[in-house]
Amino acid sequence: MESVLGRYRNLIILVGVLFLQVLGLAVQVKRSSDAESTRLIRIWAVSAITPLERGLVWVQNGAGNLWHNYFYLRGVRAENRQLKEQIEQMRLEQVRLNEDAAQARRLQALLSFKEQFVSRTVAAQVIGSSGSDLSRIVYIDKGENDGLRRDLAVVTADGIVGKVLQAFPTVSQVLLINDQSSGVGAILEKSRLQGVLRGTANGEVMLERVMSDEEVAPGDTVLTSGGDQIFPKGLRVGTVSKVGTGKDLFLNVRIRPAANLSKLEEVLVVTEKQERQAAAQVTERMRAADILAQRLPSVPDKPATPEANAGGTAGNAATGTALGASGALPPSKPLTVPNPQAGAATKTQSPSGSTKQGAGSIPPGTVTPSGSQAAGSSHTRSATVPGQTVSNGAPKTAPPRRASEPAAQTGNSQKTVGSKPADSPATSPETPKPALPQSNPQPPAADDSPN
Amino acid sequence: MQITYTSGEQVEVYRFSLPVTVGVPLLALFLQAFVPRRFPFFSYFDLPLLVTIFFAMARRNPISGLLTGAVIGLVQDSIGGHAIGLYGIAKTVVGFGASSLGVKLDVENAGARLLVTLGFYLIHGVVYFAVARGMVNMTLNWSWGHSILAGLANALLGVVLYFLLDKFKQRT
Repeated sequence: MESVLGRYRNLIILVGVLFLQVLGLAVQVKRSSDAESTRLIRIWAVSAITPLERGLVWVQNGAGNLWHNYFYLRGVRAENRQLKEQIEQMRLEQVRLNEDAAQARRLQALLSFKEQFVSRTVAAQVIGSSGSDLSRIVYIDKGENDGLRRDLAVVTADGIVGKVLQAFPTVSQVLLINDQSSGVGAILEKSRLQGVLRGTANGEVMLERVMSDEEVAPGDTVLTSGGDQIFPKGLRVGTVSKVGTGKDLFLNVRIRPAANLSKLEEVLVVTEKQERQAAAQVTERMRAADILAQRLPSVPDKPATPEANAGGTAGNAATGTALGASGALPPSKPLTVPNPQAGAATKTQSPSGSTKQGAGSIPPGTVTPSGSQAAGSSHTRSATVPGQTVSNGAPKTAPPRRASEPAAQTGNSQKTVGSKPADSPATSPETPKPALPQSNPQPPAADDSPN
Repeated sequence: MQITYTSGEQVEVYRFSLPVTVGVPLLALFLQAFVPRRFPFFSYFDLPLLVTIFFAMARRNPISGLLTGAVIGLVQDSIGGHAIGLYGIAKTVVGFGASSLGVKLDVENAGARLLVTLGFYLIHGVVYFAVARGMVNMTLNWSWGHSILAGLANALLGVVLYFLLDKFKQRT
């Protein structure tokens, strides 16, 4: 037996070693998901190998760094000098590009602002200032040759800047809103309180004429009210920064201008403005009148007066309510809502804007509040414009309007800034200024421009 | 090429110092794990196998040879991600065979070493393939062309390596 073991000892050991390994392999295969059984062996093996790898990597990196950082430095000095020069050139280029980019951003903001609010502007570059702390004035590079004139609004995309104080042929003088002599009609966006924006001696902007019992809080946005006839309504002025008690029962409201007045570069001079917002308000007011007319108690029917009948069907205009855009009524159709005042206090307006009233109610030649002459008795159509008829018996007090002016200024009517109000009866060329017996026209918006 | 049949008394048996016995296999394992990351073609070589063959043939002791092959193979398995024992079994067989062959043959010359290394490389591959497919159910494809080419490359490297490692031989 011993001789057999001795004779096949190597083979037996081989089989034993192989059997152990196969057994271990079988165990691993059976526990294929359990890696913990061989974890210890792997840790030992990795711990034996990885220090060598780490050492070799360290030596390799060290040798590489030593070579590249200390020995192989031929031409580095010249290259360094060249790179420094290149860096300087690139810095200059970067400064120029940054400047161009900033200017492009500013101009883009101005362009988008222009598209949004105003119809015609002239872009200008601020080229100088007054050089004095007492007068906040800047000079722009556009003047009369570019269509600029006195009292044009100067704005940026952030907010208003000032107005053109003097226009010279090639340059203009702009009075900033923080100048003492400046004044802008302003309105608080939230509370709709109106006031006058004025500059102070130290360059601050104050909102004046706000009663002390009003609620004004820091952070409130201030917009232009449009009452100064210079700045379009609704432009951003700034925000309330501080509210204090002033004298004479007025608040001392300090405004932080939206536009950075100390760093002006490009500005827009508004040469024409759109009055979308104002037109929308007129329409809104008319609709309110209609609603009021519908809610008022109706007047009992009354037969038409001979005077009214003498006027043919013109008296049909006094229907009291809106008749629709077509508005044509048959001549023989009786009045549905006769007005005791026989149209004297009523008004219907033709699409052309002229007012046609019942015969006998207003003598021919009488100017209505709209500025149109009273029509003769031959008018048989009384087309009404929706929203522009008046209620029963309620005198229409629409603002006077030129006869040649379109009836509905609901479109984007454009008005030249700085021009006098065109709807003043006194300035109407075809108006002979007769008495206004039945109307109580509102005067044109008071020019409260403090400028 | 010289492969001579010698008797046991005529064959010289060598031994190695402990640093060489431990350090050379570890270095081979390290190079096998490290160099292919930088030089992918090095993965065709199997340095631990060449070291196993060298030590087995130099010691001419089958038990020593199979144990050397088993240890080197198991460590190689431990470094790799597969089951431990695949390389161990294959290198155990190779170590036993190489040491047994070293007893019978004089494999001191380059030609003999080339053929022996090529043969044991193929044996190692066959055993590994069989165990991996048969026990571990690994998906492997056998390619004779690839195996022979890789065997020749390993044999050539082995001839060079053996001459370098001959410097560490110590006569008993």
